[in-house]
Order: sequence, then C-alpha cells, then structure tokens
Amino acid sequence: MSAALSDALAMRSVRKVGAVAVFFWRMLAQCGPALARPRLIVNQIYNAGARSLVIIMLSGLFVGMVLALQGFDLLQRFGSEEALGTAAALALLKELSPVITALLFAGRAGTSLTSEIGLMRATDQLTAMKMMAVDPLRYVAAPRFLGGVVAMPLLGAVFSVIGLFGAHLVGVQLMGVDRGAFWSQMQGSVGVKDVAEGVVKSAVFGLACSLIAVYEGYYAEPTAAGVGLATTRTVVASSVLVLLLDYVLTAYFI
Amino acid sequence: MRPPWKLRRPDGALCGHCVTGPDKPVPPAASAGDVLIDVRGVDYAIEGHTVFEGLDLSVRRGRITGIMGPSGTGKTTLLRLMTAQSAPDRGQVLVWGRDLATLSSAQVFAMRKRMGMLFQNGALLTDLDVFENVAFPLREHTDLPEPLLRTLVLTKLQAVGLRGAAELAPAELSGGMARRVALARAIVMDPELLIYDEPFVGLDPISRGMIVRLIRQMNEALGITSVVVSHDVPELSMIAHDSYLLSGGRVVATGTPQDLRDSTLPVVRQFMDGSAEGPVPFHYPAPDYYQSLLAVEDP
Repeated sequence: MSAALSDALAMRSVRKVGAVAVFFWRMLAQCGPALARPRLIVNQIYNAGARSLVIIMLSGLFVGMVLALQGFDLLQRFGSEEALGTAAALALLKELSPVITALLFAGRAGTSLTSEIGLMRATDQLTAMKMMAVDPLRYVAAPRFLGGVVAMPLLGAVFSVIGLFGAHLVGVQLMGVDRGAFWSQMQGSVGVKDVAEGVVKSAVFGLACSLIAVYEGYYAEPTAAGVGLATTRTVVASSVLVLLLDYVLTAYFI
Repeated sequence: MRPPWKLRRPDGALCGHCVTGPDKPVPPAASAGDVLIDVRGVDYAIEGHTVFEGLDLSVRRGRITGIMGPSGTGKTTLLRLMTAQSAPDRGQVLVWGRDLATLSSAQVFAMRKRMGMLFQNGALLTDLDVFENVAFPLREHTDLPEPLLRTLVLTKLQAVGLRGAAELAPAELSGGMARRVALARAIVMDPELLIYDEPFVGLDPISRGMIVRLIRQMNEALGITSVVVSHDVPELSMIAHDSYLLSGGRVVATGTPQDLRDSTLPVVRQFMDGSAEGPVPFHYPAPDYYQSLLAVEDP
C-alpha cells in the first residue's frame, strides 16, 4: 500500500471519527429537551427493546445451554462439576451477555434505526421538520439514541437471566449437577463487581451501537442504495466497535 | 395602464413583452418595504455544475409569485436558497430584509416559524397519523389546550377536504391526498409566507382546482405571500400575480402570466407552447444519433 493511500485512509478515518464526535455532541445537547417528551423515548425503548426480546431470549437460552455443556465437559476433567454455576454465571454476566446482546442489538435494532432514519431523510421528512422549525436531532435522533441506551442494559439483563436458566436446564436437569451446589457456588463466587462489569459494558455498548445507528441513518445518502449501504455500515461498525470496546473494558476491570 | 412594476427593459423602459438574452432582466420594481424575498446576484453551483449565475429575483409582500422553468433549471434549488437550506456561493438572499447568510441557526428557525412549505412529495411524518401530522407544528411550538388544537386541525383538514381522513396513516393516502394533508400542515400555523414546490404535480383535476382555489383564497383573505414553483402553466396563470421564467441559471423573463403568454421571445414561446424545438434543448448533450446507432452494429 502506497504512503499516499494509507495517508488518505488515515485522514478519512480521522474525519469520520471527528464527524461522529461532533454529531454526538450536538445530539447530546438535544437530549435534555428531548426528555421533555418522554412518550417519544418510551416509544423508542419499546421499538429497540421490547421488539428485540424474542431474539434476545432465544439466543440467551441457547448460549446458556451450550455454555453448560462445554463447561460441564471441561470441569468434569478436573472433578469440579459443582463449579458449573459459577463458571456459567461469570461468563454470562461479564462477557457473553453484554457482547452477544450488543451484536444482536446492532443487527436487529441498529439496522432498524438506521433504515428508518435514512428513509425519513430520503423522503424529505427531516427537511420538513427543519422547515417547521423543529430540530430533527431533538425529535428524531435524540429519542432513538436514548431509547437504545436504556434498552441495551435491560436486554443484557434478560439475556443473562435466560442464559442462566438455560445453563441450569442442561447442567442440573440433563447432566445431573447438584442443584444446591450449582446455585450456592454461584451465590458465593459472583459479586456485585462482576454484575457491575456486565452492566457497564452493556451501557457502553448500547451507547456505541445507538450512536452509530442514528449517525449512519441521519447522514445516509437519500437513495435506496444509500440507505442499504448505511444499514450495512451500521452492523459492521457496531460489531467491530463492540469487540474493541470489550477488550478495553475487560482490561480496565481486571 | 400597465403598473410600473411590470415588465421593464434593461434600459428601464416599460415593455409589453419579456426580456431575455445577454441583457439581465430587471425584476419588477418595488419599494424595499414591499419586497419580502430579495435574491441579489446569486451564484450557486453543485459539485462544479453551475445552477445559478447572477440570479436576481424578488417576491413582493402579499402577492402570489410563480417561478417557472424547464425541469432541471434549479427551481427547487432556488426554494432551498430562499429557506436557508442552502447558502449561495456568491450574492445575497434577503428574507424579511435579513441576509440569510448572517443568521444563526436559532434565527433561521425563528424565521421558519413564520413560513410554511409544501414539499413535492408531501413529506408527511410516517410515524404519525393525518391528524397528528397537521397538529405537529402546533404541538411543537404552542401550548394550546387540546380542544382548541383539535378545532384548528380539523378546520385546516376541512379546508383541504380531508377531515374524514384524520385517523388514517400516511401510507393509506394517495399521492394527491398526502399533498393536501401536507398543505393543511403548512397552513396550520397561519404563516406569513407560503412556499409551494410543484403543488399541482400528480393531482387529479378536482384536487388541482381545489389547491388553486385554496392558494388564491389564502392570498386574498389572509394576505399570505406565496411563492409557487411549478411548470404547470395553466394553473399558475390562474393565480400568479408575478411570474419568473428561469432557464440556463438565470431569469430569462418576468412579468404577469399574461405577459408571458403574449411574449414572442423564443425561449418563452417554447416553454409556453411545450415545444421540443427551441433555445432550450430537449435532448441531453450526446454524440450524433446516426453515428451512435452505427457504432452498435460495428463496435
């Protein structure tokens, strides 16, 4: 790769990060006024959160079940099957639940946000709002962003609970791990700090995914192809950013 | 006798027809207080393509001004400049005597509260029903009690004949109905200036006649200044007090619709008669047709 090309790519990346930062700052300024219309935010929590529940619960169940199978196989080699509850809980709360929920959120709610806002832009709805002296950042972007930020930790919590249920189902009911040992070891080993790590990760991932989804929709090229590309960028950028942030946050908490 | 603001030649003499060519047309003369929108020497280009070059145009208070021109001449772009959605590369756009380029975004928003705009496609908010679409500006900018708000919205919907459609979603409306709802939304704040972007396109004759009457009634009864961008000559002729014909990035003719109809200038005649032959090319620039066909057979 030539130096000129790598410089151009670097400059483009810096510009993009700068543009997202400016957008984030401008939208944050509109979050306060947006709170004056809580109905809009509640609607968006419903759209981003409640409508993602089925996929989150199904995924949580299967991830928990697989985790129990793999965990049982591993722990059995050391004669420590009773620690299955602890292993499943820590893996789910600290890592799997925030990350997988965020990836699913980017695929389900993020794409929905981007395409919705992109279509609003393509059909002049955002311009119409500006012409009615209504800032679309306040009416469209901020409520959707806040809705996503609130919904993500809630979805993460649901994922964890269902995941633990799945792990219990396989570990205790199927593989015969002692029910008392499963829950008591989990209770003894999992602390508030572990739960907090998952909550913080979910909140940060929710913020990142919502910001990218809203930004990409807001600046989507107002054509069918443009909205499609913006939706794709949302999934790719959100997924990569979630994994990157996961490493940073994990390093911070350890 | 022809009023003095009507057609003038570049030398200032009154003219029975339109002016065009290298001589820049002189906008209808009007006192400064009489002019609501003043476009002065505007240059504007998009991605290197010149849209306007030295555009001069004024919209007088309390009148209906029609802006006509072939497709692609920048009529909608001109509306964007007038509403501060875009800024000219050179020149000034003054609205209510204020240069739009000098206004902060808060001042632009304050100014927009005094104007209404009808978009080509209606631009209704798809997550709201018809009633809420019309109520949207009122809810955002006023604290009116619900009964009064409801009365206002239903009054406007009745004016466009769609009171019965108040509970429908935008997706359930035809294109014409969506445009009428958008018109109700544009007038619900009782603006001083109404801007219409192709208001007659795609409407059936009944709806078109209704929109024509409505634009005229709002002007006559409420004194609302209107800017109508359209290439529907018959409809515009029925309502416009002043008309501008754009072509090639500048105003090529001004006057009343009757003046334009009577004009003998080739560019005006071509537009008025809908002829493919004339100064405005119908075909996009291309190599010789015959040679192109032969090239297909013998690549």
